Amino acid sequence: MAHAADIDHHDASHDDADHKPPFFARWFGSTNHKDIGTLYILFAIMAGLVGGVLSGLIRWELAEPGIQIFGPNSSISLMGLIEQSKHGYNAVVTAHALIMIFFMVMPAMIGGFGNWFVPIMIGAPDMAFPRMNNISFWLLVAAWVLLLTSMFVDGGPGKGFGGGWTIYPPLSTTGHTGPSMDLAILALHLAGASSILGAINFITTIFNMRAPGMTLHRMPLFAWSVLVTAFLLLLSLPVLAGAITMLLTDRNFGTHFFDPAAGGDPVMFQHLFWFFGHPEVYILILPGFGIVSHIVSTFSKKPIFGYLAMAYAMVAIGFVGFIVWAHHMYTVGMSINLRAYFVAATMVIAVPTGVKIFSWIATMWGGSISFKTPMLWAIGFIFLFTVGGVTGVVLSNAGIDYSLHDTYYVVAHFHYVLSLGAVFAIFAGFFYWFEKMWGVKYNEFLGCLQFWIMFVGVNLVFFPQHFLGLQGMPRRYVDYPAAFAHWNYISSVGYAITAVGVVVFLVILLEAAIRRRKAEANPWGEGATTLEWTLSSPPPFHQFSDPPVIKADSH
Amino acid sequence: MKAQIQGMRRKLTGVAAVAATTMALSGVFAGQALAKGAELLGQPTPGAYDLQRAASPLKYEAIAFHDHILMPIITAITLLVLGLLIWIVIRYNAKANPVPAKFSHNTTVEIIWTIGPVLILMVIAIFSFRLLFAYNDMPKPYLTVKATGYQWYWGYEYPDQKISEITSVPLKQEEAVAKGVPYLLAADKPMVVPVNQVIRVQVTGADVIHAFALPAFGLKTDAIPGRLNETWFKADKIGVYYGQCSELCGVDHSNMPIEIHVVSQADFDAWVKSKTAPAAPAATPAAAPAAAGAPATVTPAATAPASAPAAAPAAPAA
Ligand code: HEM
Ligand SMILES: [Cu+2]
Ligand SMILES: [Cu+2]
Repeated sequence: MAHAADIDHHDASHDDADHKPPFFARWFGSTNHKDIGTLYILFAIMAGLVGGVLSGLIRWELAEPGIQIFGPNSSISLMGLIEQSKHGYNAVVTAHALIMIFFMVMPAMIGGFGNWFVPIMIGAPDMAFPRMNNISFWLLVAAWVLLLTSMFVDGGPGKGFGGGWTIYPPLSTTGHTGPSMDLAILALHLAGASSILGAINFITTIFNMRAPGMTLHRMPLFAWSVLVTAFLLLLSLPVLAGAITMLLTDRNFGTHFFDPAAGGDPVMFQHLFWFFGHPEVYILILPGFGIVSHIVSTFSKKPIFGYLAMAYAMVAIGFVGFIVWAHHMYTVGMSINLRAYFVAATMVIAVPTGVKIFSWIATMWGGSISFKTPMLWAIGFIFLFTVGGVTGVVLSNAGIDYSLHDTYYVVAHFHYVLSLGAVFAIFAGFFYWFEKMWGVKYNEFLGCLQFWIMFVGVNLVFFPQHFLGLQGMPRRYVDYPAAFAHWNYISSVGYAITAVGVVVFLVILLEAAIRRRKAEANPWGEGATTLEWTLSSPPPFHQFSDPPVIKADSH
Repeated sequence: MKAQIQGMRRKLTGVAAVAATTMALSGVFAGQALAKGAELLGQPTPGAYDLQRAASPLKYEAIAFHDHILMPIITAITLLVLGLLIWIVIRYNAKANPVPAKFSHNTTVEIIWTIGPVLILMVIAIFSFRLLFAYNDMPKPYLTVKATGYQWYWGYEYPDQKISEITSVPLKQEEAVAKGVPYLLAADKPMVVPVNQVIRVQVTGADVIHAFALPAFGLKTDAIPGRLNETWFKADKIGVYYGQCSELCGVDHSNMPIEIHVVSQADFDAWVKSKTAPAAPAATPAAAPAAAGAPATVTPAATAPASAPAAAPAAPAA
């Protein structure tokens, strides 16, 4: 990887590098990649809080058997926002997933950190298409408004759409006749368009705007991860767009793509959905891989172990990610040959994933490690992602999946890779770049405190869910047999602990905003070698008007 | 740097020891299999943390594969990663190791951690395919039951015995309590099958997608409108077995249980007789024709014995 220490020091005091437009033009008509990145991050925090409240309702309901808060006369009925019915529960589960995926993780990683740091890391002054960048963000806001509206209009069985984030027909067609589903489809269309535009922007930027000497093979791994992610977005989202458009016409214009009574096929939708859906889950995690690589190297004061293998492992994961989709569909009645193929292909993914985990460990091996907040999150990520990865290998066996599909085991699996994987990576990146982005320091003690509270909390939430799944508890259930009470209760206790962690996070933001300790350009010392650490904190409004020149180093 | 790598090698041996301990630990998990005797049969056990107890060959195999192959391997890998991380925290923190090493390559280790997982996965794949093909190779069935998912109950039809669809409605909480059966698992009328016989279940959905699942037999097959999926089991213990709908199907998804009674051959024959005898007419309210929405196209999930329809000999006593 390139050594920022070797670059020509350009001057940040260049003419009007720091001239900022007035408030409205700056934040509503923004074309500056850092400002847009900030908007995305604020948006993601807001959406994350909403999604987190929804998951609180879920865990509250599931804390004991019976229907409590989604029943009539419940303690939250006064709020009047969420429907007090079993349908209301399904709508909340659906909204939780859609919000966390499309409005929290993706905006934080790609829109937020991607926008902020990809141009800087490759030595570019901004993104290739700054105005399109702005459109990407505001399309997401429009999608958000549509999704929220969808929660409060008639879905058919009640307010909102309650068919799960996988929106399988016929439940999403004849099963939900109200306008809620149409609004949700349009929300996905806009969110998808936003991401496709963003992907085009990143690919163009990375291919055309690298500073002199910044070859692809010297490019920092976070930029690599965003490049691979952008390709996954570009190739998979149009398939989702096609599928949900067919859903829309099935619902409103008398087509029968997925209606068996007229020659359509509901399973076809599942193939289209998961052709998008599996790459999507890697879209959620790949930028996290990039972030963790930087952090592990910085705090170990060592270069990344096996840089090229790390980059190409991501390319391999992205590629194989496109040919394993039907491992989500072992029970739909595919032919035996297809099932056998998808078992084998899915297992292949574990190999590059293993390469990444072991390479992170080797990066730390022999290092001189300081365990600052970002490093805690990164190490937590490595371990918990491993746990999620090995349960993925269990699920890849169709013969075992017949017992575990659509149970809480799957819920535990994907939360280990997402809530404890992707979200840990987001927190890691957030604290790693905190000073760089906001120009003030966070409180290190509070940072560690939040990590440990959340670490205990989320493990308590999700580890027992493996046991529930093994015993056969199906997912997306508002009520469950008494035998499942024990682990569900523990899981809900874990949620309460996690919620305390989130409060500490908000306290950290507040504390930093009030105390305003002046940030350093590079708080992490010799280990931090990428270009963002050569700039002031926060960086000038426009950086690299004269491109830096990158020289090779040994790797 | 050479020394570092050497150190790394030595540590790796230590790690091998950890892995060995893990294998030993997994013996504890195997012990769990003995404890299975204490677990309930046909329904979840409170507080249990392993696969539900089996009563059909496929699930026995699945449990063996999961408990004796997958669990030891994934536990070992997880503990290996955890062990390495703990070692790193102890040995390579800034205090213990003030001067960082500078190496960033080691071809040998990289080859090991690429080939190693490949080999492990190949071992897993062998057992995985064996189990998958076992699911697929249905022996000649003795009985065929057609299960249809409705919003929100199941219908069971015995085409060869000419038993028209029996609707199996979930019990209300008061009813379940009164009968002393588990709420959300028990239904009013069960599917009844004989013990030690191969039962073929054909699964379809009438309105939206449901899934026919029974943990003790290792079954999960989607009930999809317009398709007829197929699965099978061979229960080896008389008893009552519960399962739950396992594909989100709307408002009452959490309350459409599947109840199967496995009975002796004699009891089964008597049951069939009671259902077919003219004296007991219209046991079910003229069950809505199965093909409520769609012409069911047969999609054999399993490449079933070609002579399917006639395969089930009608119940001997008529
Ligand atoms: C070692 C790599 C992995 C393997 C072998 C694997 C395998 C699987 C399999 C077979 C399923 C289907 C389970 C079922 O529905 O019965 C599944 C579900 C899922 N996986 Fe993974 N997985 C891996 C890594 C990941 C990663 C990295 C992510 C995302 C960060 C992820 C996210 C998910 C999600 C979200 C689902 C559930 C989707 C749904 O049904 O709603 N997985 N995984
Ligand atoms: Cu997948
Ligand atoms: Cu259901």
